Amino acid sequence: MLDGRMATRRRAGARLWLSAAWLLVVALAALLAPLIAPHDPLAQDLLLGRLPPVFIAGSEPGYLLGTDSLGRDVLSRMIYGARVALVVALAAGVATCLIGSALGLAAGFYRGWTDRIVGRLVDIWMAFPPVLFAILLIAVLGASLSSVVLAIIVIDWTRFCRVVRAETLNQSQMDYVNSARVAGFTRLRTLLTEILPNVMPVIVALLTLEMGIAVIVEAILSFVNLSVSTDAPTWGGMIAEGRIAIYQSWWVLAFPLVALFLTVLSFAQLGEGLRDRFDPVLR
Amino acid sequence: MSAFLEIRDLSARLRGTRERVLRSVSLQVPPGTVRGLVGESGAGKSMIGKAVLGVLPRAVEIVEGEILLEGDDLLKASPATRRRLIGAKTALVPQDPLTALNPSRRIGRQVTDRLVDILGWDKARATTRALEMLAEVRIQEPERVMRLYPHELSGGMRQRVLIAAAFAAEPKLIVADEPTTALDVTVQKQTLRLISELQARHGTALLFVTHDLGVVAKICDRLSVLYAGKVVEDTSVEKFFATPAHPYSAALLAATPRHTDPTSSLRPVPAAVLDAVGDEIAAADAAWRPHG
Repeated sequence: MLDGRMATRRRAGARLWLSAAWLLVVALAALLAPLIAPHDPLAQDLLLGRLPPVFIAGSEPGYLLGTDSLGRDVLSRMIYGARVALVVALAAGVATCLIGSALGLAAGFYRGWTDRIVGRLVDIWMAFPPVLFAILLIAVLGASLSSVVLAIIVIDWTRFCRVVRAETLNQSQMDYVNSARVAGFTRLRTLLTEILPNVMPVIVALLTLEMGIAVIVEAILSFVNLSVSTDAPTWGGMIAEGRIAIYQSWWVLAFPLVALFLTVLSFAQLGEGLRDRFDPVLR
Repeated sequence: MSAFLEIRDLSARLRGTRERVLRSVSLQVPPGTVRGLVGESGAGKSMIGKAVLGVLPRAVEIVEGEILLEGDDLLKASPATRRRLIGAKTALVPQDPLTALNPSRRIGRQVTDRLVDILGWDKARATTRALEMLAEVRIQEPERVMRLYPHELSGGMRQRVLIAAAFAAEPKLIVADEPTTALDVTVQKQTLRLISELQARHGTALLFVTHDLGVVAKICDRLSVLYAGKVVEDTSVEKFFATPAHPYSAALLAATPRHTDPTSSLRPVPAAVLDAVGDEIAAADAAWRPHG
C-alpha cells in the first residue's frame, strides 16, 4: 500500500520536473533570444540554402539544425519562434482563465439568473465552430499577435467557465459552505476564501492545458498565415514552409514540430503534476 | 424565563408550489436548555434548524412566521443584520464531519476565522481560545492538530474539532443537526457525551435534531415530535417517554428497537395512526390562511 503510493508520487514528481525543465528551456530561449541565437533569424543566404543539421554529412559548422530553402538558420528561427509561442500561451492562457473562471465561479455559486445568463451564453457560444470563428475574427481584426490572443480568449473562455462552474456547484453543496454562512461571513467572502481554494486545483490544471492549446492554436493560425507577419519566425509558419520542401529538407519541418509537441505535452503534464503536488487531499 | 429562541407559526413551502414543508411550527428554547426535534426522514426537523440559521436550501421559501432570537425577528431583519445576529449568537454542529471542514484549509484557521473576522478578536487571543477549546474536546496535542488539514484527522476527531469550533465563540444557541449520524457507533456515544457536557458547562441553548429517541432521552429537556412538517407533540422528555400524548408519538416510541428484547420484530408505525395524522394535517391545511 505504502509502496504503491510512493511509486505514484515518484512518477508524478518526474513528470512535474521533466515538463517544468522543458518549459524552462523554452522560456529561457524566448527571453534570451537575441543573445543565444547563433544567427539573425531573418538573414537569408541563398548560397547556404537547405543545409542539413550537423549530424548529417554535408552540414556547415555554425548551423546546428541546418537551414531552410532561403538559407535561414533553423535553430535561430526556432528560438525566436519560442517568443511568439510563449507570449500567446501566457497572454491568452491567463486572460482566458481569468474571464472563464470568474464567470464560472459566479454562475456556480450565485445560481439563479446569473447562472441562467452565463449558461445560455456558453451554450450559444459553443454552437459556433471554433476554428471558423477564429478565422472570421482575425479576418475582421487583421492578422497580428494581439488578434491571435484575442481570438483564443473569445473562443476558449467557455472551457473554463463550464468546468469551473461544475466544480463550484459541487463545492457549494458541502457543509463547510453552510458553516461559513452560519458563522456570519458574506457570500463574497465565502466564495473567495472557502470555495475558491478548493476549485483552484482544477483551475491550475485547466490553465496549463489552455496554455498548451493556445500554443497549438497559434501554430495552426500561422500555418494558414493568419498569425504574425509572414516573415517573422513562428513554429507554425516554419512547419508550413517546411512542408513544401519536405523531401529535400525534412529538418525544416521536423524540429519545430518536435518543439511544438514537447511544449504542448509539457504544459499538460505540468498541470497534472502541479495538481498532484498541491491538492492537499491528494497529497 | 424568556426564551432565547422562539419560533412562532413558521410555515415554509417549496418555491413555486403550494406544498408546505413546515406547517405553522412553533417552539421555544429557553437559555441553557436542550430542545430535541424528532421525526422520520423528511419530517422537516433539519429544515427548522436551517431556517433558524438562515441556510435553507434555495428550493424552500418561508411563507410566514417569526423566528425570534432574543426578541429580534430574524426574518424581518436586513440580510446584514441577520448575518451579524446569527454569526454572533449561534453556531452549527453539522451532520457530516467529512464535508463540514474545508479540505484545503488548516484546522487552526477554520476554528479561529470566525473569532477574528466576525467577532473582531485579535489573532493571539483567538489562537489561545482555539487551543483551549480543542483541549476541552479532548484532542491530544492541539498545537499540532491546528496545523493539520482535515483529511489528516479521523471522522470522530473532525466532529470534535467542529464541536470545539461551534463552542469557541460562546454562542448562546447551537443547532446540532444529527451530529452523530455519520459517525461510527463506538464514537457516537463519546461525541454525544461531549456535546452534552459542553452544553451544560457553557450554559448554551441547544436545538438538537435527531431521529434517535435514545439520544433524546439522554440529553434533551423538551422535545418536539414532527410529522410532515407539523409539530404533533411538544412535551417534556419525562412525559414523552412515560405517557406520550399523541398517538403518532406513542407509535414512534413503540417502533424503537430495544436491545433488552433483541428477538422482537421491528414494529412500523401502524397505518391507522398514519391515516389519522394525515387527516389531522389535511384539516390543518384546509384551515390555514396565510396572512400577509
